[in-house]
Amino acid sequence: MSIVVFVESSDKKVKKTSMEAVFYASKIDNNVIAVALGSAHDESQLGELGKWGATDVLLDSANKFDSGDLSLSASAISEVMKTKNAKILVLATSPFGSGLAACVAVQLNASLATNVAELPDTSSGFVVKRSIFTGKAFQNVNLTNENKVIAIKKNAVDVVENGSVINISSFSAEVDGEGKIKVKDVDMIQGDILLPEAERVVSAGRGLKGPENWGMVEELASVLKAATACSKPVSDMDWRPHHEHVGQTGIKVSPQLYIAIGISGAIQHLAGVNSSKTIVVINKDPEAPFFKEADYGIVGDAFEVVPKLIEALKANN
Amino acid sequence: MKILVCISHVPDTTSRINFIDNNQKFDTSGVQFIIGPYDDYALAKAVDLKEETGATVTVLNVGRAETEPTLRKALAIGADNAVRIDADPLDSIQVATLISNYAKGESFDMILMGRESIDYNGGVVHGLLGEMLNITSISPVMTLKLNGGSAEMTREIEGGKEQVEVAMPFIAGCQEPIAEWKIPNMRGIMTARSKPLDVIDGSAVDMHSDAGEYSLPKTKSGVKLIDPENIGELVNLLKNEAKVI
Repeated sequence: MSIVVFVESSDKKVKKTSMEAVFYASKIDNNVIAVALGSAHDESQLGELGKWGATDVLLDSANKFDSGDLSLSASAISEVMKTKNAKILVLATSPFGSGLAACVAVQLNASLATNVAELPDTSSGFVVKRSIFTGKAFQNVNLTNENKVIAIKKNAVDVVENGSVINISSFSAEVDGEGKIKVKDVDMIQGDILLPEAERVVSAGRGLKGPENWGMVEELASVLKAATACSKPVSDMDWRPHHEHVGQTGIKVSPQLYIAIGISGAIQHLAGVNSSKTIVVINKDPEAPFFKEADYGIVGDAFEVVPKLIEALKANN
Repeated sequence: MKILVCISHVPDTTSRINFIDNNQKFDTSGVQFIIGPYDDYALAKAVDLKEETGATVTVLNVGRAETEPTLRKALAIGADNAVRIDADPLDSIQVATLISNYAKGESFDMILMGRESIDYNGGVVHGLLGEMLNITSISPVMTLKLNGGSAEMTREIEGGKEQVEVAMPFIAGCQEPIAEWKIPNMRGIMTARSKPLDVIDGSAVDMHSDAGEYSLPKTKSGVKLIDPENIGELVNLLKNEAKVI
């Protein structure tokens, strides 16, 4: 038996969530085959997956996979699973990962679960715990088909090294066609830490009064090596770009540290941040609902507190 | 042109989530149900396209009779007819299979829905449906413009966005800012009452999973307040207690 993991890279680096998927798979089966598709990967980076439990890494670097055609990539993954007699696919929940999971599930008549928050309980069936209601609850789901596709949520497992760097093998998937999507332009956000992957996030809301005041937010983020984020009203008013919007209808983050500045903590915002490990709230209103969800709070004016915090962190570095 | 919009019937975003019957059942008492916020974007886009091109818009939900007011609201916003597939939606594959069985005979030019439902957050129905119908599916889509027999879309990817072109028919999982949410006006509400709402049987589908117990996240033990005059204390706690810096 073996288990297959689909691996994504961003800027030639293997995504942290893909490393978590490899580690997660290694807790289910000893034979972990990591599969990477497309030209966005770096071979030595892929070899590092051995450290997290991969026993094989297969790469098909054909650029036909770069257009994000789900069906095409799914066919390649399904083929590997059939050849290697793998019954389980593990990958990270992401816009592409979830779509790919769906297509593989149809191709292999598999059970499917996304947003899986923990390792499966196999004492009676194959039960995974899914995060639902945008982080406000969980549900146990028994995956009853022989084939299973599991898309894990960030931090579903705490990864620790359990192997060493391995050699990767190239393969050429036998899939028909070049895909049906034509990519005409790609616009990557430069120089920022990817928000869904970030371990630390500094987020600010309407309390900052205007986009001209974001300098201190960016400086705090830079000192902490954090990503910047914002609340929905702030992105709605175009103070900050849409891709920074964290909340129910925006990005969901689960960093180690989330610092919320001048955000009252409406339930829709909390839904996007409630799986953060440690939450710090800075707000001048002691009644702000966010304080109820926080680990640490400072009741005070952001324009006084944040510069002091930056100084204190610099002194600590 | 024929557009299908699939909508979910979900608790309002401000709902408190509780469970009853030994955590086996979602407690709907006092919960207001709405069109899924992402599906609302898809619906608004479909209505915009209808105004542009004269397309017909069919709105669909997989659910029991209690979802009909949600479908009527979609009709009031501008859909031409509604379809309710009568079943308890239990997992994404079941829902996608039911939609696929219906859509197979209808030759829609595009199928729009939200990127995910905000109750079970599967985010996979568009992908499943695409594979079942052998139609390209794209998600999350931030802009959509028709150009002859194809569509140009902005797809969000982690860390950026892409401009892509796909031939019709296609499936798109929508999110802001694809269109502005629409609020039904009085005329819309009046005409919605007489628009067709067909009910299709949704039994007999193979299940791929068995959903069990619900649980709530651990509650926070309480906030530790720090004096703004003593900010070093926060740095100390983040470093030595929370161990996050």
